[in-house]
Amino acid sequence: MTSALMLELRDLSKSFQLHHQHGARLNVLRGLDLRLHAGECVVLSGPSGAGKSTLLRVIYANYRPTFGAVHVRHDDRWLDLAKATSHEVLDVRRRTLGYVSQFLRVIPRVPTLDIVAEPAVQMGASTENARQRASDLLHRLNVPERLWQLPPGTFSGGEQQRVNIARGLIVPRPVLLLDEPTASLDADNRAVVAELLAEARAAGSAVLGIFHDEDMRDRVATRLFPMQALEAA
Amino acid sequence: MSALLQVRGLSRHYGQRVGCEDVSFDLHPGELLCVVGESGSGKSTLLNTVAAQLAPTAGSVRYRQRDGEWLELGTLSEADRRRLAREEWGFVTQNPRDGLRLNVSAGANVAERLMALGMRNYSQLRGIARSWLERVEIDASRIDDAPTGFSGGMQQRLQIARTLVTQPRLVFMDEPTAGLDVSVQARILDLLRRLVNELGLAAVMVTHDLAVARLLAARTMVMQGGRVVETGLTDQILDDPQHPYTQLLVSSVLTT
Amino acid sequence: MTPSYNFAFLDEDTKRMLRRALLKAVAIPGYQVPFGSREMPLPYGWGTGGIQVTAALLGPDDVLKVIDQGADDTTNAVNIRRFFARVAGVATTEHTADATLIQTRHRIPETSLREDQILVFQVPEPEPLRTLEPREAETRTLHALADYGLMHVKLYEDIAQYGHIATSYDYPVLVDGRFLTSPSPIPKFDNPKMDHSPALMLFGAGREKRLYAIPPYTRVESLAFEDHPFEIQRWEHRCELCGSGESYLDEVVVDDRGTRMFVCSDTDFCGQRRAEAQA
Repeated sequence: MTSALMLELRDLSKSFQLHHQHGARLNVLRGLDLRLHAGECVVLSGPSGAGKSTLLRVIYANYRPTFGAVHVRHDDRWLDLAKATSHEVLDVRRRTLGYVSQFLRVIPRVPTLDIVAEPAVQMGASTENARQRASDLLHRLNVPERLWQLPPGTFSGGEQQRVNIARGLIVPRPVLLLDEPTASLDADNRAVVAELLAEARAAGSAVLGIFHDEDMRDRVATRLFPMQALEAA
Repeated sequence: MSALLQVRGLSRHYGQRVGCEDVSFDLHPGELLCVVGESGSGKSTLLNTVAAQLAPTAGSVRYRQRDGEWLELGTLSEADRRRLAREEWGFVTQNPRDGLRLNVSAGANVAERLMALGMRNYSQLRGIARSWLERVEIDASRIDDAPTGFSGGMQQRLQIARTLVTQPRLVFMDEPTAGLDVSVQARILDLLRRLVNELGLAAVMVTHDLAVARLLAARTMVMQGGRVVETGLTDQILDDPQHPYTQLLVSSVLTT
Repeated sequence: MTPSYNFAFLDEDTKRMLRRALLKAVAIPGYQVPFGSREMPLPYGWGTGGIQVTAALLGPDDVLKVIDQGADDTTNAVNIRRFFARVAGVATTEHTADATLIQTRHRIPETSLREDQILVFQVPEPEPLRTLEPREAETRTLHALADYGLMHVKLYEDIAQYGHIATSYDYPVLVDGRFLTSPSPIPKFDNPKMDHSPALMLFGAGREKRLYAIPPYTRVESLAFEDHPFEIQRWEHRCELCGSGESYLDEVVVDDRGTRMFVCSDTDFCGQRRAEAQA
């Protein structure tokens, strides 16, 4: 493979120390290495409890690694998110690293269209332009137009998930982390998401994701990355 | 990007008692930093010391003014301190009654800071006051009413309008939603979120409510006993708290 | 003159203290100078501040005029005039032009003042910001920093409530472009007379223990908004006694049936005009 290396995990470990549960220690990831290139879609596979979601969160710097490095290519230089400052992490998230989870974090009173448009606005797009891109995405994802001006708090699980995907994909980012973004979608909408991901990859994005649905996994994965649960230490 | 505010080793003692101890952080333009902790953790002392309303016992606070020049707040004269407070900063107090002038109308409350900056055109002041009342969702027809007749939530929104009308570069907020009903809180938080984004404000907000930090702040500092025990991205602190105290704080709030 | 009192009632040390304070006040136009206000044989509110300033200034050759609301013949004016006649033995007059020293409550005479005259004002509240800011330490700081946005809050409120600046007396002024100053409760009609006045103007507040000054030929601006400029009172009437259309008029009820008439508030000015008309 000659595509550019975008993300490299080296000897990555994550354990949780629970100070108020008698100092219990949960080891979730240990000594993990992974390389992700532009244009590929690596799907994490393994039983639940294998630490797939934890891994994505560690890469996104939502969880802090206990040991090891998370190297991300950011503006053609390499940055280790395990050591980066908060401001650096924020900049990486803004421009390089996208993350779509299963759940939409709803902001009270903000209409759907603006929730989707927000990342584009933060990247400097005009409100008008950002809303246009948001409309296009919501259209493709079959979110009915009558819902766009409503806050998504009361939407169904599937609708919220599509809003979340639109928000996650509105800004093209070199690295995309996807944590079961299609869990509650029907086949038609899953197909749309697969299309969107194919387009993102074609445009050079590297994708790392969790897809439980086998059909979806087969459709999007260029490679599987198997994971196993660690025994409690 | 260069910082707007640099706090280094800041301590404030009250005699033998520690208010806050050895606090350092940077604040960048357009960034909202939450300081969380329970009552007595020193977060309000920290806020007031950073805002130069209390003299530090040790440490320094540096602020980069609009003209790019760095000011060492500890050596600032009272005149310069007030000029900063008037022209470049804003302060939102927990109790709106402390931040408002209760015996004058809502319009005058909003217009006061503009008049302090030398604006002397009544119709213009009026126009700006009216548009700011609308911006904080107060009916503009109440422009001549005294805030004493407003509900607590309206008073707080009026204080926010009064503070932000001069488009300050840096705003200090001390528990702006504490003491309000939950529904009223949500409205004010949403308003703050929107205004902070629209105006590109930098802000330091003190709160005991982790949900507030989650909604508004990219970065959070956790204080206990006057010291910062943990600092980082808000989602890191809430989703993967490291310090025992932060874990306690997070588990006591978010398990509901 | 009653011989058992020191000249002009106050002892010489007190007068020196007052003069030092007055010199400081003249040196810093509009700045409120603290002084050791003495007990006077009148209650506070009856002009004890003005009386002490007058006592410190009077010399045997001075000619004193005292007015209250423009009139020489009201209780307060008569009392104070008689007081100084007794304790200082100075000449008194009702004619503005003849006086060297004029103590006043709530008016500036209509007749233009000269360089060789001093006007002494009785001041109930020397601090123009007091109604908006009750803390003395804070108002002093605001003065020190010339931070006067607050005063416009008051004027803003006037316009918001009444459609125009309704403050009609004790209308705040900026002295020499620096200190926000209370002109004492004179009608704003008199404010323009303070600007570049040839006569020295001194202000005494006995209860508040403050005095301040507007030296001759000092710039005195009345605060206003660009689109609501400062304006003085105007009347549709003329004085029914002397026919003046330029003086400050009082509306007086003249009988039990509510008949009203407008007359000059400045009794000396009105009297002079009538005398001239008859001549």
